[in-house]
Amino acid sequence: MPIVRVENLRKRYGRGRVEALRGVTFDVEEGEIFGLIGPDGAGKTTLFRILTTLLLADSGDAEVDGMDVRKDYKAIRRHIGYMPGRFSLYQDLTVEENLSFFASVFETTIEENYHLVEDIYGQIEPFKGRRAGKLSGGMKQKLALSCALIHSPRVLFLDEPTTGVDPVSRREFWEMLRRLKERFGLSIIVSTPYMDEAVRCDRIGLIEEGRLLTIDTPSGIVGSYGQTLWAVRSDKMHKLLTDLRGIGGVRTAFAFGESHHATIDPKALDMAALRDRLKGLGHVGISIEEAEPTIEDCFMSLQKGIKK
Amino acid sequence: MREEIVIRAEGLTKKFGSFVATDHITFEVRRGEIFGFLGANGAGKTTAMRMLCGLSQPSEGRAQVAGYDVATEYEQVKRHIGYMSQKFSLYDDLTVEENLRLFGGIYGMERGRVEEKIGELLGELGFETGRKTMVGSLPMGWKQKLSFSLAIFHEPGIVFLDEPTGGVDPVTRRQFWELIYRAADRGITVFVTTHYMDEAEYCDRVSIMVDGRIDALGTPAELKAQFGGPTMYEVFYALARTAKRGD
Repeated sequence: MPIVRVENLRKRYGRGRVEALRGVTFDVEEGEIFGLIGPDGAGKTTLFRILTTLLLADSGDAEVDGMDVRKDYKAIRRHIGYMPGRFSLYQDLTVEENLSFFASVFETTIEENYHLVEDIYGQIEPFKGRRAGKLSGGMKQKLALSCALIHSPRVLFLDEPTTGVDPVSRREFWEMLRRLKERFGLSIIVSTPYMDEAVRCDRIGLIEEGRLLTIDTPSGIVGSYGQTLWAVRSDKMHKLLTDLRGIGGVRTAFAFGESHHATIDPKALDMAALRDRLKGLGHVGISIEEAEPTIEDCFMSLQKGIKK
Repeated sequence: MREEIVIRAEGLTKKFGSFVATDHITFEVRRGEIFGFLGANGAGKTTAMRMLCGLSQPSEGRAQVAGYDVATEYEQVKRHIGYMSQKFSLYDDLTVEENLRLFGGIYGMERGRVEEKIGELLGELGFETGRKTMVGSLPMGWKQKLSFSLAIFHEPGIVFLDEPTGGVDPVTRRQFWELIYRAADRGITVFVTTHYMDEAEYCDRVSIMVDGRIDALGTPAELKAQFGGPTMYEVFYALARTAKRGD
């Protein structure tokens, strides 16, 4: 049985003017890391707030660990851990006071569940007498995760835990999540705007404007890209992007780090012809290679109404 | 033609008590350059940027921005730069043109020039139809692009962008970089921080801060050669991993 079931959830705000969720459906299996990946305003936080019983949907159903988010909200709250996007601990309590407060609310103690947080809390324990408000960003994040874990929840909901965090700390955070899953079989639902984090999840849903664009394993999504993707380079990268977009047969062209990613209609243009065209436009050092699509390529091709 | 230096930092340092947030950084940025200012959380980027924007006094060292000293001529510095952060937002309950007029007024631009610029800007963004739209009802991507246009509305020589593309969808993120390129082509110097390593590749030169110091500085190609990484992600990772300072 899935640990989380979401069935056609809808939610509007602002007297119905803003449609935050437009019919969202998915399941999360027990012991899975499920990533909800999409930009700000896609509906990720709304979805988390509904699943953590802090907000009611306008319509649709959702269950967490077999319990209904509407009827069984009190029981659900005992069984989930939630780390909201904004730091929400008590700034003027110490590190240790925050953790023991969260433990006591759930009628447990730090000692009882120390094994769960050892790996994470252990890193900030040397600073346990420091006020939470005085911690660095990375330490706050570890404390918040410890507080979400201390009552031994069945499911963890982490709303954008890595937003604004540098690539090195992000990688460490994902390694912590992986260990939680492996050691304790925790089910984890995590949202992020960073497309490169998709590969850290067992399955992902790409979300935009209140709709899921697709749900699959990261490799499944990449595998269904369905077109050949080309990495194109020259000595004038910025001009190259404009030039690519002006060439007939080029379907899409986007800057992608050190090269541009382009899709091409094979009936209209082959690679030799493309190379000639670029030469004719004054490019030197041209390189055109087949590229492996990333989740970001897939997201862009699934985004509706994208222009060349 | 001599390349004009628009940002010059010499031993720029900021201490908070015994903590050296920014530790004697020295670098120059040329006119029209896109300069990527990278570093892990807590490496000292924000502190350095606040000094360069005239918002915080250096403890040691000096910096000139747009020809003005950040310690003594900070009011002049503020007039001659633009600034945008992820959090910086327009007024939701004003229309697009009202927001632009307001900021034009704050920067003391002449009324006729403001109206002219509003026309130009909306034309360039392809957003003429949005002139009378309430900013609050705009999609996230438009707000972000407008924020940038607003940051350079008073035609500053330099614009500071603090994680301008955080949380933005992939297509908008790329359109945003198009705007950055266009601004740089017009001679505006762009000083930008980001946690997206693909964006580091779009910069002319990149610096990477570790524990308050600038530990690497060069074009993306130079840095990749120097640190032996295929992409800027590996370069960043190799450097940031050496940090002693906790975050």
